[in-house]
Amino acid sequence: MTSTALRSRAWKLLEMVTTPLLPSDYLDLVSPLRAGADLRGRIEAVHPETGDAATVVIRPGRGWRGHTAGQYVRIGVDVDGVRLWRAYSLTSPTNRQDGRVTITVKAIPDGKVSNHLVRRAKPGTLIQLDQATGDFVLPQAKPAKVLYLTAGSGITPVMGMLRDIEFDDVVMVHCAPQPQDVIFRNELHDLVADEKLRLTEVHTDTDGKLDIARLDELVPDWAERETWACGPAGLLDAAEEHWSEHGVQERLHTERFRPSIAVAGDGNGGEVTFSATGKTVDADGATPLLDVGEEAGVLMPSGCRMGICFGCITPLKAGAVRDLRTGEITEAEPGVLIQTCVSAAAGPCDIER
Amino acid sequence: MTAIDPTAHLTAEQIEELGRELDAIRDEVIAGRGEKDAAYIRKVISVQRKLELVSRGVLLFSIFPPAWLLGTAGLSVAKIMDNMEIGHNVLHGQWDWMRDPKIHSTTWEWDHASPSEQWKHSHNELHHTYTNVIGKDNDLGYGIMRVDEDQRWHPFHLGQPLWNFINACFFEYGIAAYDLELAKNLHKRRRKNPEFRARAKAVGRKIRKQVLKDYVIHPLLSGPSFLTTLAATFTANLVRNIWTHSVIMCGHFPEGVQVFERRSIKGETRGQWYLRQMMGSANISGSKAMHFMTGNLSHQIEHHLFPDLPSNRYAEVAVKVRALFEKYELEYVTGPLPKQVFSAWHKVFRLSLPNKKPKVKTPDREQELVAA
Repeated sequence: MTSTALRSRAWKLLEMVTTPLLPSDYLDLVSPLRAGADLRGRIEAVHPETGDAATVVIRPGRGWRGHTAGQYVRIGVDVDGVRLWRAYSLTSPTNRQDGRVTITVKAIPDGKVSNHLVRRAKPGTLIQLDQATGDFVLPQAKPAKVLYLTAGSGITPVMGMLRDIEFDDVVMVHCAPQPQDVIFRNELHDLVADEKLRLTEVHTDTDGKLDIARLDELVPDWAERETWACGPAGLLDAAEEHWSEHGVQERLHTERFRPSIAVAGDGNGGEVTFSATGKTVDADGATPLLDVGEEAGVLMPSGCRMGICFGCITPLKAGAVRDLRTGEITEAEPGVLIQTCVSAAAGPCDIER
Repeated sequence: MTAIDPTAHLTAEQIEELGRELDAIRDEVIAGRGEKDAAYIRKVISVQRKLELVSRGVLLFSIFPPAWLLGTAGLSVAKIMDNMEIGHNVLHGQWDWMRDPKIHSTTWEWDHASPSEQWKHSHNELHHTYTNVIGKDNDLGYGIMRVDEDQRWHPFHLGQPLWNFINACFFEYGIAAYDLELAKNLHKRRRKNPEFRARAKAVGRKIRKQVLKDYVIHPLLSGPSFLTTLAATFTANLVRNIWTHSVIMCGHFPEGVQVFERRSIKGETRGQWYLRQMMGSANISGSKAMHFMTGNLSHQIEHHLFPDLPSNRYAEVAVKVRALFEKYELEYVTGPLPKQVFSAWHKVFRLSLPNKKPKVKTPDREQELVAA
């Protein structure tokens, strides 16, 4: 008998001993980060970056497969006893010696998870992790000239890139309300001093919002540069338009942190059935089904809550839902999965949860 | 059943006011649920798992009497914790608000003959909705006993003290049969119903796994201690069964608890539903340890009012609920475990014989409300 067959037999025997629980339920008590466990991480330190941002150092479980610079990770954090999932960009270099990863979080007003992580998270706390994902990454072939265009916490995926790979010619334009709001400011200035980066800070409290046309003056050769942009929707929309107008849109790579929500037309909701749980509730046409389900006590998977990470996808068994970003209607068919965080009921529907 | 309706002095308006006050108690607990509660249930689960593991480890040497005693005691307590403070309450959805898929009513499975899915239906949906309504709530004597004067007597009931004792010893199997509605479904025509067959199969699978673990694998692993470990797991299951049966008997059978007629719940309001739960349940008084080992079902009244509030909150809720009983001049049925167990058993014996039909019925609230 091969050793894998032997192991699988031994495991089956163990399952017979631990039924109705699983062997992992017991192993989790002593070794939650072991190989083969559900992917988790342990917070090892929280370093303040600015008044409202902090870097969280996480020791990922053995199942962590690593990341590519620029990617994000979904994490599940217990806030006031309730597990909440959010997505954050990884800011550590991919080759960090101690195997730890970092995320950098900016506390947003009323943000349950971000405020918890920045102000209350304690070293030693276990969190749930997903594998790193996202296609806001650097290409295999090194581009000759690079532009990073960022605003606010949009700097976080770019910091992951800056720390990971050095380019010959890198320019960064970063917007923040005031100098003290610039996350990683010291590190950025060190890079500038070492002549590894040319940096323009736009302080929006004094300078006003960045007018995209000013790029000609700030970075005259912007159109020749492979550009990664991350920040609020306003900046990214303007950038996409600007790059398109100049016919160089293939050089622009963007990462959106917030969805742009379209006001859906006749937003009538309907009765929502969560057939696996056996719950039925009335929902309006503006509340994401994710919120509706969570309110009703249904175990809903979730992630970024803004329609980008697909951590919340759930089969739509019957009825129709409306995409809150586009107003587009999706009707149930076998195999149709919907993103519950950006979908609202468009009439009665059945969500398989 | 007392001959006089103990709620007759309340007007329909008062009953609705009582309902609003109970809603306020519930809202307060829900608003305050948080990190401490989550830490509590995780701690209990962790302690239970460690206790079970250590006890089963000790039982590998059960051939030595001290090891047998220690292991059996530990395993009994672990099984009781699994069923009561953890299983029963998780399956009620008391911890669903944590959104932890590992501690959730839709994913939990317990150390019990009845699969959690089937138990949730008969317990959460039927018993908790139709509490103590004759003909609707099968928990009223589990279909094998007569526990109220209003239930019709049959010569079969002469044997009910014995039926109850047997049910106590093998309670988990009794529950599994009960969740399957075995008596009803064994009729020729229903036996072939595919839905029943699927459920019966699921119970069979669950029992097979449970029996294999407790009576085959664990004794085999004990090697020379095979027989003594077999005796130990059997004893632990027996202790768990008798304990849970006793606690559950105390919830609805002691003297002073009211039962209701089918027609009395027609058009029942929220306030009236609350009132029925208040009058249809009984508590057990005792120490913190005692409340814990009953899975806080010693706070049966509070549990029936708020089945989905976290069990660790029932003690504080009880103080407020009891004050409402006093305010509305209602009887809060409670007493120490031996007294309540005796009271319940006394009823089982007494009602094994026929009795005269009591004269006064519960008033028809629906009509009263229309009048008000």
